[in-house]
Amino acid sequence: MLLDARIPEGPLAEKWSLYKSKIRLINPANKRRVDVIVVGSGLAGASAAASLGELGYSVKCFCFQDSPRRAHSVAAQGGINAAKNYQNDGDNVYRLFFDTIKGGDYRSREANVYRLSELSVSIIDQCVAQGVPFAREYGGLLANRSFGGVQVQRTFYARGQTGQQLLLGSYSALSRQVAKGRVTMLPRREMLDLVLIDGKARGIVARNLATGELERHSAHAVVLATGGYGTAYYLSTLALGCNASAAWKAYKRGACIASPSFTQIHPTCIPAAGEHQSKLTLMSESLRNDGRIWVPKALGDNRPPGDIPEGERDYYLERKYPSYGNLAPRDVSSRAAKEVCDAGHGVGPTGLGVYLDFKDALARDGRDTIASRYGNLFEMYLTITGEDPYEVPMRIYPAAHFTMGGLWVDYDLMTTIPGLYAIGECNFADHGANRLGANSLLQACVDGYFVIPYTLGDYLADDIRTGPVATDTPAFDEAERGVRERLDRLLGVGGTTSPRRFHKQLGGILWDRCGMVRSAKGLESAITDLRALREDFWRNVRVTGRADTLNPELERAGRVADFLELAELICHDALDREESCGAHFREEYQTEDGEALRNDEEYKYVSVWEHQGDGEPPKLNKEHLEFANVELAVRSYK
Amino acid sequence: MQSSIAGKLWMAATGLFLCLFLLVHLFGNLQLFLPRPQGQLQFNFYSHLLSSNPLIKIAGLATYAGILGHAVLSLLLTRRNRAARSVPYAYSRPQDASPWYARNMGILGTVLLIFLVIHMKTFWYEYHWGAVGVDSGGHRDLYAVVLAAFDREWYVALYVVAMAAMGYHLLHGVESAFRTFGFQPRRFARLAHRLGVAFAVGVSALFAIIPVYVYLVQRW
Amino acid sequence: MDLKFKIWRQDGPEAAGRMEDYELTGISPDMSLLETLDVLNEQLIANGETAIAFDHDCREGICGTCGMFIDGRPHGPLTGITTCQLHMRSFEDGATIHVEPWRVDAFPVIRDLVVDRSAFDRVIQAGGFVSVNAGTAPEANSIPVRRADAERAFDAAACIGCGACAAVCKNSSAMLFVAAKVSHLSLLPQGRVEAVERVRGTVAQMDAEGFGGCTNTGACEAECPKHVSMEHIARMNWEFVKATLFSRE
Repeated sequence: MLLDARIPEGPLAEKWSLYKSKIRLINPANKRRVDVIVVGSGLAGASAAASLGELGYSVKCFCFQDSPRRAHSVAAQGGINAAKNYQNDGDNVYRLFFDTIKGGDYRSREANVYRLSELSVSIIDQCVAQGVPFAREYGGLLANRSFGGVQVQRTFYARGQTGQQLLLGSYSALSRQVAKGRVTMLPRREMLDLVLIDGKARGIVARNLATGELERHSAHAVVLATGGYGTAYYLSTLALGCNASAAWKAYKRGACIASPSFTQIHPTCIPAAGEHQSKLTLMSESLRNDGRIWVPKALGDNRPPGDIPEGERDYYLERKYPSYGNLAPRDVSSRAAKEVCDAGHGVGPTGLGVYLDFKDALARDGRDTIASRYGNLFEMYLTITGEDPYEVPMRIYPAAHFTMGGLWVDYDLMTTIPGLYAIGECNFADHGANRLGANSLLQACVDGYFVIPYTLGDYLADDIRTGPVATDTPAFDEAERGVRERLDRLLGVGGTTSPRRFHKQLGGILWDRCGMVRSAKGLESAITDLRALREDFWRNVRVTGRADTLNPELERAGRVADFLELAELICHDALDREESCGAHFREEYQTEDGEALRNDEEYKYVSVWEHQGDGEPPKLNKEHLEFANVELAVRSYK
Repeated sequence: MQSSIAGKLWMAATGLFLCLFLLVHLFGNLQLFLPRPQGQLQFNFYSHLLSSNPLIKIAGLATYAGILGHAVLSLLLTRRNRAARSVPYAYSRPQDASPWYARNMGILGTVLLIFLVIHMKTFWYEYHWGAVGVDSGGHRDLYAVVLAAFDREWYVALYVVAMAAMGYHLLHGVESAFRTFGFQPRRFARLAHRLGVAFAVGVSALFAIIPVYVYLVQRW
Repeated sequence: MDLKFKIWRQDGPEAAGRMEDYELTGISPDMSLLETLDVLNEQLIANGETAIAFDHDCREGICGTCGMFIDGRPHGPLTGITTCQLHMRSFEDGATIHVEPWRVDAFPVIRDLVVDRSAFDRVIQAGGFVSVNAGTAPEANSIPVRRADAERAFDAAACIGCGACAAVCKNSSAMLFVAAKVSHLSLLPQGRVEAVERVRGTVAQMDAEGFGGCTNTGACEAECPKHVSMEHIARMNWEFVKATLFSRE
């Protein structure tokens, strides 16, 4: 496949404005005659649907939740970056661009990332105007904090619920368009196939989750905003409903998936309490500003943490990374935690946990100060674990969090299928091999509010005379038949094992062999095991209930079936990339001190995987990355 | 009445108006604490003043309208509120979330309404149509009616119970009315709360003490 | 822990429902209630019975999807948490736990413990927004907002739309939900411009959805997992009074 990222000509800083002045526009009367489908109603989807509605397109927006306000953007805690330079500390668009590229370990596309930084400025304006209650200084102006180990304070935040507040902002914008009749909101719908007509994305088949009915929806373009697939790891910080199914259907219809193995593992999550654990809760990384991370030096030391004297504690991050200490980047600290636990120093009932201790901070700053900084987080920890962090150290452990990989898109955010766009976390575009803290909300907003309204318009200019796309056509018949057959097949297996159990096994394979540390041997065995697990699934799964009612088990089964296929692709991707970069750490490729060893000579490309048919190995295409505006440097946190 | 908030506002307005009435009524009743000969004359004079003054008559009519409006509106609103939950919970612990009297304003109000009928029969009806004597000042002797009424233990008890009901009704009602009118900056909300408690406890306690006082002291 | 459950089962929106008894043994006190239901579902699936449908998503108390009436109270016996944050250590060994869906006619039951809360979405559509198109916003710092107002607005905006307020209210009133949005936006200069239309629109929609009226019992505030205060109800009432008496057409 010939990949064309369609990066506009011109100097980096002018690409987007030049692009905007060259694209085709559609007059307002014609926009009404153009239909757009947006799948997903998180920050990216809701903002895209709202913005397209504002422009006058006829939009249908879908989400699997009962309301667009539930999407998992709601759970983002930290904040959103913007190069406003309100703090007068030397920030600008280039610096945000540079930090993002560098944070992504030079595996993302310069032009996209620059646009992201450039538009960050307008996003804050937009959200404030919507009534997002960002934190403010006493003078009434916006407050900032520093986040993700960068040198400037450019992160805007709304307590620890920035994602919630931004999502509610986009939800309100979406609601306004629904009231105006510009957007039709279809909640409790799951996209189960993409419909292509003459090679273009022209609609979807969706299941009404409340009634079980299959529905055909046509449009002139389809925008996927379906989020990340970290739930493939079973235990993750994601909502349980997060899934890869829509993206996977698109993949099977010809959209390529880029760098799917780039999964960010978040270092500060509450560890699993036992076998029954269904999800892991993320604790804000800001805790690492004051908490000290340690494990007992002695193997299998079961004493309560308070009884372990200072001399018998290993503050391993401070020891290994003296300059960054407990604030070492996410991937570095995650890996370090895994190392000490693998070596048998882990704490807690499962042995998979390390202490995050506030004893020194409490002694230094007093309980009140610590409570004012982390009171909510301490309460949350107490609620979940029953332990009081003021008294005993917290236990933390890494968990799968954000997926940098996703559907490959060009500069327009269009996939390899004409008319199929991917925005937000479900595309691969901006974060490279690792995402900078507080950039996920930014990307979702930028894609939805300010990129897709332009780029989609340019594409749709061809469709002003197309007229409504009929749904009683062979393409829709075929897609709906396929969906129905698969639902029947899932219900008909009649095995003995619940979908959840398969999901858990799948998660175990991915976490162990394609998590924080990967190796060729592990990945090869993972692929073998995944194939066996997939076969087992289709022989032994038991899905209760029927297809014509609300049936959460059936929904789960479909998503797990897709994860089982995606997981193999993830492993292929990790296996192909014989280097360590960003969140992808290959055991074989590390320096003598155990640091990631990037290989720019051979792997300075985006791995773009193409479906070749069921049972066939996926085909690797490469988008070679050019870096004309940054110097490729090696990270060092020593 | 289109809006549920408009309904609430009318409930609050009539409720607070009735609170004013209570104050005026209480002022009259307090004269029963005066020593006997003077108290009797004063009380009967005051009763005469109220029943003959046209302004007070208009206020009286407004009070009846207020009571009627408050009661009828509460029925309408309650019916609408009930209709919002056709399947009840199989197991519910409302006591964990709100005080009983706030949830049972209708019952407390009904108790008050029944009390009102008895009260009217005993005093208002007697005063206007009963065989009532005349005191030394030449006014109809309502004072004697009061003494006679509170000569019976059960009747005193009835009053005390009714005033307790009124206290709880006011305990929720006054603050609720202020909130409905939108008293929200925190110091106003606190003020409304304190005012509500003070009014509820003060007014109903004074009302309740009078029959007891009359029974124990004045009738001798 | 060994536990007994009485759980509402209902096959569909029109079907009659009933409370059914279940028993579970060997439950860890560190499990959440939803994880316990997961285990129960595994048991049902193993027996070839239909799993219990319940809404849930983030399982960290922020999305507002989960919402069940547990042991007579929304989100269970603790305060300030959602159903997904309720752990079994809050129950006694051997206890019988009642689980029901929200009982609010404006939230019809779809199946078992799953209800349709789209009424809340329609309330927001009736005015719970600031009319600002993408790209038209002025520079963010051009409108200073007093910090205390921003904080108070946040307190209201923290609402997660779970429906516990209406579920616990003896009148099935959605006042706290509606007030949270009206109050959030009326406290910010960005939202003041449309304050009149917003309060009229959202209150009318709230009534049209069939929610009951507010009688200020305070149950909503007591059970709100995000501690949204009744102060916001008072503020919405004030906005309503102002819109009714003082606003120019």
